[in-house]
Amino acid sequence: MAWHPTPTQWFVLHRLVLLLVCLPMMRLVLLAYRDALGANPIEALTRATGWWSLVFLLITLLVTPLRRVLQWPWLLRMRRTLGLSAFFYALAHFITFIWFDHWFDWVAMFSDVIKRPFITMGFSAFVVLLPLALTSNNYMTRKLGAQRWQRLHRLAYLAPAIAVIHYWWLVKADVREPLYFAIVLALLLVWRVWSVVQKR
Amino acid sequence: MLIKPPADIDPSEITPRNVYEARRTFLRQAAALGLAGTMLPHATAQTASAAPVTEQGKLAALPGKSSTLSTTDKLTPHKDVVTYNNYYEFGTDKHQPAQYAHRLRTRPWSVMIEGEVKNKGPMNIEDLLKLAPMEERIYRMRCVEGWSMVIPWVGYSLAELMKRVEPTSKAKYVAFTTAMQPDTMIGLRIPALEWPYVEGLRMDEAMHPLTLLTFGLYGEVLPNQNGAPVRLVVPWKYGFKSIKSIDKIVLMETQPKTSWNVAAAHEYGFYSNVNPTVSHPRWSQATERRIGEDGFLAPKRKTLPFNGYAEQVAGLYKGMDLKKFY
Repeated sequence: MAWHPTPTQWFVLHRLVLLLVCLPMMRLVLLAYRDALGANPIEALTRATGWWSLVFLLITLLVTPLRRVLQWPWLLRMRRTLGLSAFFYALAHFITFIWFDHWFDWVAMFSDVIKRPFITMGFSAFVVLLPLALTSNNYMTRKLGAQRWQRLHRLAYLAPAIAVIHYWWLVKADVREPLYFAIVLALLLVWRVWSVVQKR
Repeated sequence: MLIKPPADIDPSEITPRNVYEARRTFLRQAAALGLAGTMLPHATAQTASAAPVTEQGKLAALPGKSSTLSTTDKLTPHKDVVTYNNYYEFGTDKHQPAQYAHRLRTRPWSVMIEGEVKNKGPMNIEDLLKLAPMEERIYRMRCVEGWSMVIPWVGYSLAELMKRVEPTSKAKYVAFTTAMQPDTMIGLRIPALEWPYVEGLRMDEAMHPLTLLTFGLYGEVLPNQNGAPVRLVVPWKYGFKSIKSIDKIVLMETQPKTSWNVAAAHEYGFYSNVNPTVSHPRWSQATERRIGEDGFLAPKRKTLPFNGYAEQVAGLYKGMDLKKFY
C-alpha cells in the first residue's frame, strides 16, 4: 500500500491533477462560447463555479485522511494544488456575482452582503479563503513558520462549513444537494476529531 | 428473439386518440374562425409526445386572436420558454421538466369543479377548449427567483369559466390543484413541497380579465413541461401562482392553503404580487434578469410594481398594506 511515486511519476501525476481541476472550467468556457449554457447562462455559470469550489474544498480536506489511511505521505504535496483550485473556482464564483449579477453596482452589492444572510455567508467564505490562498506558496509558508501556517490553515475547515450554509440558505425547497455536502463535511470533521483523540 | 408478423399498418401511422381528438378540436376552432382552408397543413401536427418536446412545430397548432392586453416587449425565444421551467413534480432542476414531463398523460383529462358553485362536476378538456374563443396574450412572466420572460400564451380569461360554473354568493376564493400522477411525476418522490401543488386567488383576482386560463403558447398546445393541458397565468404575480396542469378547481369561502405559503409562509405570501419594494427575505426583488437578454452584455433590469400591470390591477388592492399582504 505504501507506494511512493518516482520524480517522473510525480511530475506526470501532478500535471494530470492540474488538468483535471481545470476541466470543469474549460467545459464552462466552451459551453459559454457555444451559447450552450441554457436559458439562464449566468445562473448556470454561478451555480457551476460555486459547486466546483465546494467540491474542491472537500477534496482538499480529504487529502490528510487519505494520506494516513493509504500511507501515502507524498499526497500532501498535492494539497496545495487542490486547495488553490478550490479558491480559483470561488474567485470565478465571486466574479460572476460582481460582474453579471450586480454589474459592478458596489452599493447594491454591499447592501446584499449586509442584508442577505446567504450572500453574507458566501462572502464570508470567500474572505476566509483569501488568506489561505495568499499563503499557499513556499515564500509565505517559510515566512509564517510551520506552526503559525498550520494554525492559519485550520480555516480550511471553516470555509466549506460556511459555504455549505451559504448553499443551504440559497435553495428554495429541495435541500438534498447542500445536505449531501454537509454530510461529507461532517464525516471529514468527525475523522479529524477522532484522529486527534486517538493520538492522545 | 421476438419475431412479429408483418403489420398491415405501420404502428407509427395509427393516430393516437388524443391526437385526432385535438386535431378535431382544432379543426372545429379553425372552422369557426373561417381559417380551416388556410391552416390545414398545421392540422397534421402531433400532440402526443413519446419524447421530450423542445422545438416548435411538434405540437398541435392552437391559434388565438391577438389581444389588446398583450405587451409589446420582445418575446423570449421558444427554446428558452420550453427548457427552463420550474415544475417540481418533474424535478427541482430547471432543465428537468423538459426532460421528464413528456411522460405526463394529458388525455383523457378533466377538471373537477367543486365547492361553492351551482355547476359542480368534472369538465372535459375538450369542452374547456371550446368554452370560449382562444386569444393570444403576450404577457411578462416574473419568477420569484429574479428572472423573467415574455411569453405568447393562448387561452381565454378565467372569468369565462367562472361565469359558466356560477359561483354562489359564498364563494370568496378559488383554489386550484395540479394533477398527481405518481408514475409519471418523478418529483413527487421528493418531499420538496406538500403534494399535490395547490394555488389560489381571491375571487376578484380570478375574475380579472388579465387572469388567463391557458391552453397553449407560441401558437401551439402547451408543451407538458409548461403545464399541459391547462394552466393558469396570472401575469402580475410571481410565477409560482400560475399553477400548471390543473385537475381541480374549488370555490371556497375561506382563503385556501397554497403550497409555497405552507412551505415557507414568511417568504411566499398568499398574494405574491410582483413588488420591487418588498424583498424576498433572502434576496432582493428590485431587479430581474430577462432571459435571453440581460446578463453578459447588459445589466439586469428594474422590476416594475405588479410586473408592469399596475394600471390594470392596482385597484384590486386599494387600502391594503402590500408590505403586510405580500
